[in-house]
Amino acid sequence: MDLNYTKEEQAFREEVRTFIRDNLPKDIADKVLHHKRLVKDDWVRWQKILYKKGWVAPNWPKEYGGCAWTPIQQHIFEDECGYAGAPRVMPFGLVMVAPVIQHFGSKWQKEYYLPRILSSEDWWAQGYTEPGSGSDLASLKTRAQFVKSGEGDHYIVDGQKTWTTLGQHADMIFCLVRTDTTVKKQEGISFLLINMRSPGITVRPIITLDEEHEVNEVFFDNVKVPAENLVGEAGKGWTYAKFLLGHERTGIARVGESKRELEQLKAVAAKQLRNGKSLIEDPRFRDRIIQVEVDLMALEITLLRVLSSRTKPGPEASILKIKGTDVQQALTELTMEAMGPYALPFRPEARDAGWHGEPVGPDYAGSAAAVYFNYRKTSIYGGSNEIQRNIISQMVLGL
Amino acid sequence: MDFIFSEEQQLLRDSIQRYIGKEYGFEARKAIMVSKQGFSDKVWAQFADMGLLGVAFAEAHGGFGGTPVDTMLVMTELGRGIVVEPYFSTVVLGGSLIDLAGSEAQKQAVLPEVVQGKLLLAAALGEPNSRYELNCVETTAKRDGGGYVLNGHKAVVLHGESANKLIVSARTAGSARDAKGISLFLVDGNTSGVQVQGYRTIDGMRAAEIKLANVKVGADGVLGEVDQALPLLERAADFAVSALCAEAVGAMEALNAATFDYLKTRQQFGRPIGSFQALQHRAVDMMIHCEQSRSLALLASVKVQSEDPNERKRTVSAAKIQIGRSGRVISQEAIQMHGGMGVSNELAAGHYAKRLAMINATLGDVDYHCDRFAGAA
Repeated sequence: MDLNYTKEEQAFREEVRTFIRDNLPKDIADKVLHHKRLVKDDWVRWQKILYKKGWVAPNWPKEYGGCAWTPIQQHIFEDECGYAGAPRVMPFGLVMVAPVIQHFGSKWQKEYYLPRILSSEDWWAQGYTEPGSGSDLASLKTRAQFVKSGEGDHYIVDGQKTWTTLGQHADMIFCLVRTDTTVKKQEGISFLLINMRSPGITVRPIITLDEEHEVNEVFFDNVKVPAENLVGEAGKGWTYAKFLLGHERTGIARVGESKRELEQLKAVAAKQLRNGKSLIEDPRFRDRIIQVEVDLMALEITLLRVLSSRTKPGPEASILKIKGTDVQQALTELTMEAMGPYALPFRPEARDAGWHGEPVGPDYAGSAAAVYFNYRKTSIYGGSNEIQRNIISQMVLGL
Repeated sequence: MDFIFSEEQQLLRDSIQRYIGKEYGFEARKAIMVSKQGFSDKVWAQFADMGLLGVAFAEAHGGFGGTPVDTMLVMTELGRGIVVEPYFSTVVLGGSLIDLAGSEAQKQAVLPEVVQGKLLLAAALGEPNSRYELNCVETTAKRDGGGYVLNGHKAVVLHGESANKLIVSARTAGSARDAKGISLFLVDGNTSGVQVQGYRTIDGMRAAEIKLANVKVGADGVLGEVDQALPLLERAADFAVSALCAEAVGAMEALNAATFDYLKTRQQFGRPIGSFQALQHRAVDMMIHCEQSRSLALLASVKVQSEDPNERKRTVSAAKIQIGRSGRVISQEAIQMHGGMGVSNELAAGHYAKRLAMINATLGDVDYHCDRFAGAA
């Protein structure tokens, strides 16, 4: 039993911290810290900086240009990045599709796509969810019909994906598609890599409660996809999708970002007044902050327990999704409440980094309510928290 | 970073689990609980034989030189068995007070006897008006020749009736809530003027109101420096709280296991009630509460040794807040899911709930530790 980081790990944390301090562009960090609107170039710029340093793919094996860091090192890196206000590395290419290509992809797919993912040349989107298939993902209906042709075998894809995060920027999308309707629903699914510039693809924005354009609907109308873009075997897509989910769960705790938001909440609550005293000294409000802080302290240790266990994260990692999003949502809720009546003014234009208008209320008040409403997504995406509870109930508790 | 118990620790844990499994079943515990003394001399002697009473103490004092993590491990198993013997009051709280405040002569006189199971301790810290505040001491100790005379009322002293020696906090200077001016005294339980009114506690243990009327204590009965006891009291209390958190985790685990088992076996409408999603999701939340509690209990058992008092207080209070809240959620849900059986005294489930509620009310509840957590930020 030893809950201390090793000397090497502490040195690694110092190295990461120093690198971020010297290399994270201030304009980007300012946007993240103040909840301003990020543009595509912000993410890409940061990812290219990490790429140059060799740190953009902590979870990849060395042979593909990854860091091959231990889970604890990955946690330290994420913790420092989150805390410092680095934009989140877009997970769709680096964290989600890349391990699938590495494990199940063809030689050509590995050679062509992996370097482009690493260098952020391609922006990837995730094509899982459909209007009729949210939590019940295996019921998806988007069809891919195999066509044998002298000009090259291909698939014709018809259907619709939805809630496609930042799909408006995407060059590529990995999709679960139905290639066989005659077998059990999980067995008729295949994993396709689709060029977003293919004729027949339409992207329509979905505007969320904060009036931001973060998610999209993606329509496929008679889209031709070369057969070489099928990952692994036809009909095995569900297996690959489940493999991918295992890679997603630990990062979702977002401990570093929540530490940062907690600190900001305390700073705000110290400035806001209630009955002439700072809000943070009001026992009612203070105790609600403490509840989140204690939850977050526990979550960090729970995460470290999962990461240090000698077996791969299993279904118990769903705890991290549930508690991680609980904490994130509670922080946005308290931050909005801390603003009092200045939570009301809604100035979306003020979230543009270049906006220099007269702010309404304290300068930190502008986006609190918008962020609160935006973060309601966290308990829904990535497998809703109800689905996570189903997973634990069945796989861990055996109910 | 390593969350694995050493081989010795696993052996220790296994031996306690085996013992409790064999000798300390629900019926055996019930018989002990209703006995006059409220605990079993035989069990206590066996704990001594197994080495449990010496885990926390230095080898020079007859112990095994264990760490707070070892104590945590023992307490988790005692929590799993809802053991009513005075381990917490004698070994954890009483023992650590002697260890932290006592002179070498006092340690030699007391600790080896504790390790051998021959001497029981009780810490008389609380008072009718003190609630959980260790600095709130109205009991007085006035100089009397070379020694002191103690007067006052100590409240809800765990196992105060059976203790051979009491560790009493009393005021030697200042007024009732001052941080300075508190001293600790080692008082024989049978000293004249010590009036003990023992009673049962709802979780199956025993406690006592202790009234001190002109109790004479010699100079050798002063534990530690006069007037300066509070920092040591806080340290000992933090260690004790970390141990209580570990005990609570054991109780939560056992209560969860019993509840999940019930969900799988209890049939209604022709199927196990655990097949209903309304219960499944709540069961998952019980499990998450237990895991989060375990995380902070682990952290507390490590940070309780921190040289930085603020880090120590913050972590220990965080753990106590977590187990206070989680213990309540798990207890209430467990009773609810057991249905009518949940409110029956014949089932272990409710006994775990009682113990968890009393742990919350020992050495500071959630509100108290929220104040303390904020103060140590």
